[in-house]
Amino acid sequence: MTENYEIIDHVHDVIVVGAGGAGLRATLGMTAAGLDTACITKVFPTRSHTVAAQGGVGAALGNMQEDSWQWHMFDTVKGADWLGDQDAIEYMCREAVPAIYELEHFGVPFSRTEEGKIYQRPFGGHMSDFGEGAPVGRAAAAADRTGHAILHTLYQQCLKHNAEFYIEYFAIDLIMDDDGSCRGVMAWNLADGTIHRFLGHQTVMATGGYGRSYFSCTSAHTCTGDGNGMVLRAGLPMQDMEFVQFHPTGIYGSGCLITEGARGEGGYLTNSEGEAFMERYAPSAKDLASRDVVSRSMTVEIRENRGVGADNDHIYLHLEHLGAEVLHKQLPGITETAKIFSGVDATKEPIPVLPTVHYNMGGIPTNYHGEALRPTADDPEAICPGLMAIGEAACVSVHGANRLGTNSLLDIVVFGRAAAIRASETVDKNKTVKPADGNTGEAAIARLDKLRHAKGGQSTADVRLGMQRIMQNNAAVFRTSEVLKEGVSLIDDAAKNLSDLNVADQSLIWNSDLVETLELENLMACAKATMHGAEARHESRGAHAHEDYPDRDDENWMKHTLASVDDDWNVKLDYRPVHEYTLTDEVEYITPRARVY
Amino acid sequence: MVEFNLPKNSRVVKGQTHKAPDGATNIKKFKVYRYDPDQDKNPQLDTYEVDMDSCGPMVLDALIKIKNEMDPTLTFRRSCREGVCGSCAMNVDGTNTLACTKDLAEIKGDAAIYPLPHMPVIKDLVPDLSTPYAQYTSIQPWVKADTPAPGTERLQSPEDREKLDGLWECVLCFCCSTSCPSYWWNGDRYLGPAILLQAYRWIVDSRDERTGERLDDLEDPFKLYRCHTIMNCTNTCPKSLNPGLAIAETKKLMVERM
Ligand SMILES: Cc1cc2nc3c(=O)[nH]c(=O)nc-3n(C[C@H](O)[C@H](O)[C@H](O)COP(=O)(O)OP(=O)(O)OC[C@H]3O[C@@H](n4cnc5c(N)ncnc54)[C@H](O)[C@@H]3O)c2cc1C
Ligand code: SF4
Ligand code: SF4
Ligand code: FES
Repeated sequence: MTENYEIIDHVHDVIVVGAGGAGLRATLGMTAAGLDTACITKVFPTRSHTVAAQGGVGAALGNMQEDSWQWHMFDTVKGADWLGDQDAIEYMCREAVPAIYELEHFGVPFSRTEEGKIYQRPFGGHMSDFGEGAPVGRAAAAADRTGHAILHTLYQQCLKHNAEFYIEYFAIDLIMDDDGSCRGVMAWNLADGTIHRFLGHQTVMATGGYGRSYFSCTSAHTCTGDGNGMVLRAGLPMQDMEFVQFHPTGIYGSGCLITEGARGEGGYLTNSEGEAFMERYAPSAKDLASRDVVSRSMTVEIRENRGVGADNDHIYLHLEHLGAEVLHKQLPGITETAKIFSGVDATKEPIPVLPTVHYNMGGIPTNYHGEALRPTADDPEAICPGLMAIGEAACVSVHGANRLGTNSLLDIVVFGRAAAIRASETVDKNKTVKPADGNTGEAAIARLDKLRHAKGGQSTADVRLGMQRIMQNNAAVFRTSEVLKEGVSLIDDAAKNLSDLNVADQSLIWNSDLVETLELENLMACAKATMHGAEARHESRGAHAHEDYPDRDDENWMKHTLASVDDDWNVKLDYRPVHEYTLTDEVEYITPRARVY
Repeated sequence: MVEFNLPKNSRVVKGQTHKAPDGATNIKKFKVYRYDPDQDKNPQLDTYEVDMDSCGPMVLDALIKIKNEMDPTLTFRRSCREGVCGSCAMNVDGTNTLACTKDLAEIKGDAAIYPLPHMPVIKDLVPDLSTPYAQYTSIQPWVKADTPAPGTERLQSPEDREKLDGLWECVLCFCCSTSCPSYWWNGDRYLGPAILLQAYRWIVDSRDERTGERLDDLEDPFKLYRCHTIMNCTNTCPKSLNPGLAIAETKKLMVERM
């Protein structure tokens, strides 16, 4: 069967899959360290989803007020509702400061203070004095297009270092060795239809999140959890997938994001009575409480019939009092987006918003070096040799049960860099890469071929829509046992439809019908892990708000979920302990306490 | 038999019509350029009758609806759906723009949808952009400074930073370059407005120390001076940037230093 497919072989020291912020930062560091690095991406690098990030990247630079990385660490641990691994959180918050200076040196066009320093704005959950003080300006920003600024700059730096890119190549599946290690990845060049076999010492998954498993999300169409799907098919588990972040302010209808930085600049939410209701739910942080808290408060307001609009089904975000000048200077992007997608002039009227799926805390479990884990009962920290993961595809876990805004752009640059450092230590350039034999990568081609010729009864779009609606309805902001149980059975049925797909386009050149079908399988694997993990977790923590178990239960549930999905789409759940220790003795472990904002 | 000597994908023939579902009353016709690289045939213009009562507001919404509900083989690039990634650049109703932020209500009558003009087409609405990408690399779009960076950030005044506004926001969609007649005819040697805008972005960045070298590189009868200030570029830019002005400013700097 493989005879029909032309296979082109590549051998590199490292193969990075993904050219978002995480993939580019890793590619840059690895190339600069002298590793022969290939970066594969299904979209041109600057079109990766990182480009859409708006509000800022977190680091305790202290340019606006006094700040410290220890405060940043405390806020992150609290935001994560104590599900984060504190060694990794310490690493991230400590490295944040040099990482942002480094970005500036790379040429990121940060906004500036009067003194010429990097401008920083307040963001949800970022406080001074170990959560006791006022909100602190910690989000280093380039207007409200920080992701664009960072992604373009990282691509430019990759060009400077002459990094090797394979653009509009779609990664299909990992190549796994019999001993369980990862050898590389199979990919499909969309431009000419050829199949490529990439072999190397390390393969790095930097493929981003899976927002598109939901019906309404802030994420791009290309956020389809491909890396997660590939790793699950390779027999490794995902971690903490039930923690899906709803951003309080997606534009009602389109789901496009209005950054939390808008509230950082002084914006606030109101209900149908014109009340700034966040004061009731979070008396001290108000509109700048953690995202899970704000999204739940909004949902309660709507449920209790205090939503705005004809159907009382959304909330208003007010920015008009900030004045046209502030909007034009600090928030030009969202002012434009509000105009285009809701027809609202934000300098004059409030923007209609709704909590919208935004970020996946869960993903491929890794240690703080970016090495992917294959945890066992004896060794929950065991790694899968040859495989690394970074960015939204990974779960380090620095975001735990709920990510703080600005911590993802930080995650991608800090752990992109960490992965490059680790690879330059572990990869022995002189060791030869185990060569391919006749059937290396065969399974990936078989999967592609089968789907390409699928002649069942249902279109990819229909099956996808079914899945998206189930996730939207049954794994939402608030969850109950009954709804989750139903969700499990619905999503299990939905996955069965994958054997009845119909693919209309048979070409190998830019066959986006087939691309979307391969993506659908990845999305479905993520959706199943999410729903099953959520159903099993009998507590409320961070983004997982379970109405039948409204409290956090540290005794039984302070543990990471591990979800595997087998070839027949059965989900198996397991657990591993949260790291209750820090990286160094410069900070103490932050013990669990009540989470009040 | 008449033999045309035109390149394979320049003469567009009439294609298929995909009817709207029964009962649809609010129908808009989309005439979409189709090119199938696997067939040794001319490109064709297919007509899709879209039920506007169940369609989102943007051109991209209509294309996605066609792909999801009428013809899964229709091929186009898209990602962010909010005008920030630059993927969905195409020619809509005679103008290059981003499909995801182009409001359908602005299109009177049938909607004509073509790929970006004068670029080789890979398939349907997907052009081959490798030339402008390579030109982007050729201007060395990264900060160059010999002064060692300090332990913290380099300082930049808000005024100096403001000089970058209107430049760094470019999404590299190439709507401008593919609307420029000079780029159509000399695209192999003329850099075109998108790339010249980026060249200017580094020329005016106060942190960059190679302004002279950057200007030297553009001192060439083709790279820069093929711009005849026709301003199609600025008129078409979906991000409201002004590459025409950036080019004019670059030319001014050339004159000033002589
Ligand atoms: C609208 C919006 C605003 C945000 N704002 C902020 C913010 O202000 N601050 C903050 O900290 N975070 C923010 N976030 C979150 C943050 O932007 C993302 O989590 C982060 O950018 C993810 O980066 P990444 O590198 O992991 O993945 P991505 O940027 O999603 O990149 C994924 C890469 O993988 C490639 N890829 C995927 N699948 C395949 C495949 N099968 N084959 C080949 N290549 C593949 C893609 O081509 C792409 O290059 C925001 C998110 C959204 C949705
Ligand atoms: S102004 Fe210059 S670059 Fe712009 S369209 Fe005209 S010739 Fe082309
Ligand atoms: S200047 Fe405008 S039209 Fe040209 S590439 Fe940039 S964003 Fe696109
Ligand atoms: S899809 Fe990103 S610009 Fe249109």
